[in-house]
Amino acid sequence: MQEHDMSWVRTEMALAQPAPASVSGPVAWVRRNLIGSVGDTILTILGIVIVAWVLPQVINWAFINAQWTGPDRTVCATVAQGGIQPDGWSGACWAFVNAKFGQFMFGTYPVEERWRPILVAILFVALLVPMLMPRVPRKGLNAILLFLVLPVVSFFLLVGGVFGLPHVETSRWGGLLITLSLSFVGIAVSLPLGTVLALGRRSKMPIIKMLCVIFIEAVRGIPLITVLFFVSVMLPLFLPAGVTFDKYLRALIGVSLFAAAYMAEVVRGGLQAIPKGQYEGADSLGLGYWQKMGLIVLPQALKLVIPGIVNTFIGMFKDTSLVLIISMFDLLGIVKQNFSDANWATAQTAKSGLVFAAFVFWLFCFGMSRYSMYTERRLDTGYRR
Amino acid sequence: MASQEILREEPSRGSFVNDPRIRGLFFQTLVVIVLFGSVWWIVQNVIDNLQRLHIASGFGFLKGRAGFDISDTPIAYTSDSTYGRAIVVGLINTIIVAVAGIITATIIGFVIGIGRLSQNWLIQKICTVYVEIFRNIPPLLVIFFWYSGVLAVLPAPRDSYHLPFGSFLNQRGFYFPRAVWGEGSWLILVALIVGIAMAWFVARTARQRQMATGQQFPVFWTSAALIVGLPLLAYVLSGFPLSFDLPKQSTFNLTGGFQVKPEFLSLYLALSCYTAAFIAEIVRAGIRGVSKGQTEAAAALGLRSGSILRLVVVPQAMRIVIPPLTSQYLNLTKNSSLAIAIGYPDLTATAGTVLNQTGQAVEGVLIMMIAYLILSLVTSAVMNVVNARMALVER
Repeated sequence: MQEHDMSWVRTEMALAQPAPASVSGPVAWVRRNLIGSVGDTILTILGIVIVAWVLPQVINWAFINAQWTGPDRTVCATVAQGGIQPDGWSGACWAFVNAKFGQFMFGTYPVEERWRPILVAILFVALLVPMLMPRVPRKGLNAILLFLVLPVVSFFLLVGGVFGLPHVETSRWGGLLITLSLSFVGIAVSLPLGTVLALGRRSKMPIIKMLCVIFIEAVRGIPLITVLFFVSVMLPLFLPAGVTFDKYLRALIGVSLFAAAYMAEVVRGGLQAIPKGQYEGADSLGLGYWQKMGLIVLPQALKLVIPGIVNTFIGMFKDTSLVLIISMFDLLGIVKQNFSDANWATAQTAKSGLVFAAFVFWLFCFGMSRYSMYTERRLDTGYRR
Repeated sequence: MASQEILREEPSRGSFVNDPRIRGLFFQTLVVIVLFGSVWWIVQNVIDNLQRLHIASGFGFLKGRAGFDISDTPIAYTSDSTYGRAIVVGLINTIIVAVAGIITATIIGFVIGIGRLSQNWLIQKICTVYVEIFRNIPPLLVIFFWYSGVLAVLPAPRDSYHLPFGSFLNQRGFYFPRAVWGEGSWLILVALIVGIAMAWFVARTARQRQMATGQQFPVFWTSAALIVGLPLLAYVLSGFPLSFDLPKQSTFNLTGGFQVKPEFLSLYLALSCYTAAFIAEIVRAGIRGVSKGQTEAAAALGLRSGSILRLVVVPQAMRIVIPPLTSQYLNLTKNSSLAIAIGYPDLTATAGTVLNQTGQAVEGVLIMMIAYLILSLVTSAVMNVVNARMALVER
């Protein structure tokens, strides 16, 4: 029965080993993620030092020492600077932001007419939110309302001069109103324009292709400021004498053209990623060029490049701050303009105003990037191998 | 066969309206006509407008007297210099800030990017917070933050912060000792060049020897000794020609030393911080793009973790990293034009002043565009060379 000769058989139980280090629970987590090795421990200590140095200062400055309300600069200045704060005080001057909030939002838009931009904002949100929620039906109608009807309605509401609304010149617009309206129109114009440019760049017609390439590469090669200079200085020269363009419109043209060139490259990336079989399949079905692109290629291509498109949007949203250079006052511009207000000039004013502006920009950009990540996951219908 | 013959017999069915070739020709002709028409119209308008406003045309204005001062002048410039020279000063300033920013942004970006992949939870979170903050605010705001929020509220020169190595920091910028090269200091430079050349030679021979015999040679330490030691030796031999001009504090100002103005400092810091966030994301994507099998295979070959990174992961990650890194460098160069907002005299600022003074908008904008295009092309060309060296060598 016994085939192998067993020379040794254990007769007593082996001694129990100490329990292995736990691999779950907070202690194990700390061991794995914070003090895994000597180098890791040093890094953790370094990190703790950084956090312990920065975080209390930030919290102190932004919340504990901050001044939330006040009539003028005295609440935000030390005694030596002619204020009421003790020497060495350092805190955010939110009172400044509070006092100037209306300006930061609307610029010098007449106070009694401010319900108009507020109404536009409400309409915008009311149309945008269902557009962004995938479960809400009637996307087509919603898109038409948002991208075609809303701009027209907003134009008449904001500019006025019709239906008994007093006319408000665009030079009185400012603040977040300019930032948002510039970037919204820029987005609405640059996506279709960029798509057309991308199609043109991949076109088989040599002249159209060449023109698109020249436009895209020339615009991408220069800074937006130069483009804005171009539209603000050269556009008046290009038009017959006497014809003038609104400065706001000029900025709009500059920003849209600039964004369209970047958008074109993003869309081109998507077009190139579509397998040739899709083009040939559309051809063999007898579809014409626009049917082929509109029904087969573009829906797939645009879906592929959603992250890139949203990145371009975010870039454009941030770039609208540059209109400051051609002396228009967007959110950042109006914040900066208010630094020189003698009534509020303290050492903390600039920092507080900029942190507020940064927070607003950050909210919008971060929101966009998170939404794009969500869409990307939702639309990911198996292109991944 | 039969069907092919039928096709050959009927080259085009239907009317020529549906022939894609003829349609293409028609549309292109249409576009060309429209384009030429509008260009002609624009040129006519420009000529009219220029004549009406009595503005000269052509590039003759570049030889005219500039008449304005520039705060940072890397080359000799006074208000008596020509407009052309003013633009060159601006161009050089742009290049200085772009190169300095690119170097710093790359260093910060790589550190943060690798930090985001760290096993260490705390470091990873700190780096994520950095990236998410700087990616989502406009660069102009970062510039203003450094300029008006941080540097403008520093103490006056009288109460400057004292920093190590005899440098000072105050409202008027950052002061550090300026090196004064005495007689015979050219020897140090020569020694440095010789040291670098010898280090390169040593590295090459050591590599060939390792390829041939497998024996290793301490290349790093030899090179370090050559590059540092030779200039030091020259310094001693030539009788210590190098001295330092230290900034000295007087009642109202600092004298001597080398002053870095707050305009440059805030632009440089802002561009570095801002671009670093993007570079960090690129580096992270690049390292994650190297498949795990590569790391595991290298570990199976018995390489240590340092060698795995240096010999296997980084060379492959660089292939993914370099193209987007190039476009970030281009972005940084283009963003340096924001200098105009805080008064640093870069190309856009000086060319803008020239444009305003002469009224020659067409030529001014043209010069700006061409200068930036050339900068972009040069950066791309350099990075393409680097990319070609990194690229996968396939047989």
